[in-house]
Amino acid sequence: MKKCVVTVLGKDRVGIIARVCTYLADHKINILDINQTIVQDYFNMMMIVDVSGMEKNFGEVSRELEELGAEMGLNIHCQREEIFEKMHRL
Amino acid sequence: MINMYEVSETNKMIEQENLDVRTITLGISLLDCVDSDLETLNRKIYQKITSTARDLVSVGEEIEQEFGIPIVNKRISVTPIALIGASACKSVEDFVTIAETLDKAAKEVGVNFIGGYSALVSKGMTASDESLIRSIPAALAQTERVCSSVNVGSTKCGINMDAVRLCGEMVKAAAEATKEKDSCGCSKLVIFCNAPDDNPFMAGAFLGVTEADAVINVGVSGPGVVKKALEKVRGRGFEELCETIKKTAFKVTRVGQLVAGEASRRLGIPFGIVDLSLAPTPAVGDSVAEILEEIGLEKVGAPGTTAALALLNDQVKKGGVMASSYVGGLSGAFIPVSEDQGMIDAVNVGSLCLEKLEAMTCVCSVGLDMIAIPGKTSASTIAGIIADEMAIGMVNQKTTAVRLIPVIGKDVGEMAEFGGLLGYAPIMPVNTFGCEAFVGREGRIPAPIHSFKN
Repeated sequence: MKKCVVTVLGKDRVGIIARVCTYLADHKINILDINQTIVQDYFNMMMIVDVSGMEKNFGEVSRELEELGAEMGLNIHCQREEIFEKMHRL
Repeated sequence: MINMYEVSETNKMIEQENLDVRTITLGISLLDCVDSDLETLNRKIYQKITSTARDLVSVGEEIEQEFGIPIVNKRISVTPIALIGASACKSVEDFVTIAETLDKAAKEVGVNFIGGYSALVSKGMTASDESLIRSIPAALAQTERVCSSVNVGSTKCGINMDAVRLCGEMVKAAAEATKEKDSCGCSKLVIFCNAPDDNPFMAGAFLGVTEADAVINVGVSGPGVVKKALEKVRGRGFEELCETIKKTAFKVTRVGQLVAGEASRRLGIPFGIVDLSLAPTPAVGDSVAEILEEIGLEKVGAPGTTAALALLNDQVKKGGVMASSYVGGLSGAFIPVSEDQGMIDAVNVGSLCLEKLEAMTCVCSVGLDMIAIPGKTSASTIAGIIADEMAIGMVNQKTTAVRLIPVIGKDVGEMAEFGGLLGYAPIMPVNTFGCEAFVGREGRIPAPIHSFKN
């Protein structure tokens, strides 16, 4: 299993989760965990996903997710999980 | 499993607080390139560098993308060229051809700096060492990416004052050779005492002869992250202050360790060390001076500055050391003037002078770094400043360095512009009383008594 963290940040609107999840499903990326809150109209979501079945390369997926975010006025990032693990876990 | 708070903390550090990996530096040994024919030597050096470092930049970019962490520089350090060229180079000009080869190789593989145009002369100079040192001004003027360093002293050997005197002259000559560009050649020349073999940071990086054939060293950064963390403990006691610096340094260094491990694995080159330095840039919010001010100084240079810096330097090491399997290089807080907006401001308002900076170097990780001084400063005065700084390193068993820029044609009150990461600097006054008779003495200063530990 190769885990990544997808973060989505920005002003709330209809269909954010739907579009992000559709993209992930289309690219055979399995969602393992979703955490989402809204603070004062501000949408904040973190997903842990498994990219081991992903067909495209990491750079492409990461860029396409950013573009998808830009279309909806959101910041979307996809990062390997290790950077968070290393920083916050011994 | 990682939670949302942790993820957003990390990303905030990267996006808002300038957390980055400052450099992945690939050390390449050139010992197996040694040849008595200059042309063959140059060809072998070019081939070794371009083949070993072929994938360095692309792998660095891959890691940046996957982990979402900027890796600002990808660089190369090589074995000191005074050793490599000893057999082939018969003159100063011969050495310059090697500098040109290094520059060409750096451009070919896409790194922004290549370090190791260096000589290690802490006790004595060979003819080759001296030729290399004499070739430094021309080498720096004729190349773009080559960095040079000279180690003129150590706690074990004392200070080679002949080399110090020569380096004073070469700093001045390098300034003259690049005077149309605010003497920026000097920004690529470092004079060391106790230079480490595994420093990933420029301009003083070279690969020591104690190192393997190729090795990955990583320099982390993150003054902005420390500054932000300290904003939350304003007015609290020293215990809380120190704990906050340690925890932040730990987190920053873990990122460096991760990147170093990944780069090493992907390039198939062993991991050497992580250098856990706080390296500032001219960007606002990426300043060591701002951390010191956050600790409680009105401006850097005020009384208390040396103590605050000593505390910061020590806590960075204590926090970072457990975060990495191997720590090395310079590891501590850098205090360059031109590369740190807070330092520049402190000089401009009259809070920070050369003498205070010298005191600060007793407790920080390096030395008098990126300081612009009047172009009229004599070579012997520059040698005197170098000797002072070397003495601090020798006696305190630490690395010290001098990177002074005598800006030809400019004087106190004017600005020198170096551009990019090197920044800009106000020209600082230098004590105008002479030291010719002192630096004119031949020979070396003996090693201090506490160096005899056997």
